Amino acid sequence: MARITLDHIRHAYGEKPKSEADYSLKEVHHEWNDGGAYALLGPSGCGKTTLLNIISGLLQPSEGRILFDGKDVTHLSTQQRNIAQVFQFPVIYDTMTVYDNLAFPLRNRGVAEPEVDRRVREILEMIDLASWAKKKARGLTADQKQKISLGRGLVRNDVNAILFDEPLTVIDPHMKWQLRSQLKKLHRQFGFTMVYVTHDQTEALTFADKVVVMYDGQIVQIGTPAELFERPKHTFVGYFIGSPGMNVLPAAIDGSSVTVGGQVLTLDYRPAVAAGARTELGIRPEFISLSRDGMPVSISKVEDIGRQKIVRAEFAGKPIAIVVPEDGEIPAEPRVTFDPAAINIYADSWRVGREG
Amino acid sequence: MNKTWNNKAWFMVLPVLLLVAFSAVIPLMTVVNYSVQDTFGNNQFFWNGVGWFSDVMASDRFWQALGRNLLFSIIILSIEIPLGILIALNMPKKGLGVPVCLVLMALPLLIPWNVVGTIWQVFGRVDIGLLGHALVSLGISYNYVNNIFDAWMTLIIMDVWHWTSLVVLLCYAGLVSIPEAYYQAAKIDGASRWAVFRYIQLPKMKRVLLIAFLLRFMDSFMIYTEPFVVTGGGPGNSTTFLSIDLVKMAIGQFDLGPAAAMSIIYFLIILLLSWIFYTVMTSSDEQA
Repeated sequence: MARITLDHIRHAYGEKPKSEADYSLKEVHHEWNDGGAYALLGPSGCGKTTLLNIISGLLQPSEGRILFDGKDVTHLSTQQRNIAQVFQFPVIYDTMTVYDNLAFPLRNRGVAEPEVDRRVREILEMIDLASWAKKKARGLTADQKQKISLGRGLVRNDVNAILFDEPLTVIDPHMKWQLRSQLKKLHRQFGFTMVYVTHDQTEALTFADKVVVMYDGQIVQIGTPAELFERPKHTFVGYFIGSPGMNVLPAAIDGSSVTVGGQVLTLDYRPAVAAGARTELGIRPEFISLSRDGMPVSISKVEDIGRQKIVRAEFAGKPIAIVVPEDGEIPAEPRVTFDPAAINIYADSWRVGREG
Repeated sequence: MNKTWNNKAWFMVLPVLLLVAFSAVIPLMTVVNYSVQDTFGNNQFFWNGVGWFSDVMASDRFWQALGRNLLFSIIILSIEIPLGILIALNMPKKGLGVPVCLVLMALPLLIPWNVVGTIWQVFGRVDIGLLGHALVSLGISYNYVNNIFDAWMTLIIMDVWHWTSLVVLLCYAGLVSIPEAYYQAAKIDGASRWAVFRYIQLPKMKRVLLIAFLLRFMDSFMIYTEPFVVTGGGPGNSTTFLSIDLVKMAIGQFDLGPAAAMSIIYFLIILLLSWIFYTVMTSSDEQA
């Protein structure tokens, strides 16, 4: 297991990138702790798989270095880096038995047969496939196949990290939950460094200690699920995390007062906004309360999603979403108030804190 | 769910049924008809039972021709299949090389069989042929007209040149359908080049290889045009395959009865062998 350092990594797929836009992965400079569980979250094409392949060594970064425990591995092959990776579609060796599939990485490395047997049996128990050992791998279901892919990583007890590239995409929803908790259990048990790529926020938030949100080739925020929810650093994070996402409204900032839709709100701090910046106010639907007092809105639609209701409304000409508890009433002349503690101010899409 | 029975559907298959009847079943039945009768001309036919069949089965000529056929098929299959796999493995997977290679590979397949025969007939001639003349000039004794070995070599090389492409194209189709993740996983698992071939590429090519194998077997077993054009069955009878013998018998000697009996036996052999290959090669699929 290892600490992974990404030292000023950039990557472009084409030859000789000319401008910033040519980079599929913009500069990433970060360190991942030994034994941590990280999720790379972002929409399709944001560069998360690129970053993953750079870590695993399937891709050479155009610029920058990558270090495992302080040792430069940038030019080492995947095999030399001793990494395990689980792919989106389960990769199994059809013609082999389940047992041989798991033994394959060990046999390729010339591990002695009694040791192979001991470790394969251990892994078979762990992934609940012991009774399938002698069966041909081709007859398995998708989730069993994915467990084998994972098992092939776990069977090598010296791997530096296990990387997951959207591993639950082809798994049935009810199995997803089970596999995810099994994975978490294994992680707690073995403490391997684990990097998990997904575009599913639930998956990322339930699985990881730290979520790395990527957008358009760059990391926009790294934080715990709570941080991402309460203090999104970028409007994209606000929009991407949460369902529905954060409401972002154009706002004029003057000192500690915020003018939004003709209404003036007062903050308990003075956001340091540079002159000329495009300023916005972000507020999560969960922190807007609908009542008879406050700022007027006009409701366009109410979606009942069971435990709560999502109210789609128009506030000062902008669409906003409001989460109302199941038993909450919706007044005839609706007005809203924003929880001041939950308001975030953004300048040119980046959050401006109370500091400075 | 209730099934809906609609007998009108049968009318839908009627055109195909008619087409197959006229193109295959009826001609085949005329052959069957000839094979069990004898004639002395005047369009008068006499019942001969299985007489022709036992004649054919008892003749050395038939067994020798069959032997040549089998030998030829075994040789070209054992060259074309491995060679085709090897070429397919080394073809580029992306870039400009792909269309170039595909077109180059498809070229021999686009040439009509008798033209292929003619090309090689001329190519191998010792007086004017590029290959034949060059070999002789180099002091290598080569003459496909009077040397049995040279005649066989010429036919085999011609068939390899003509048909390896088919195996290549089929294998290539199998190879490009393998997702990149398999190769990446193999790298991570530390698999050797051989292990990648043995456990990823070969299993994925299995189906197309089966098709390539069957097509090449059936085609080579029925080979007629090319040896007819190049060697005419000679020297002696050394390249007289079943098909050539059949034409000699049916059209040269006008022995309709024995020729009909022989073509039915010939047909049954191909059917039987193809069925055996298919069963053997697909049986491993079922025991999953």
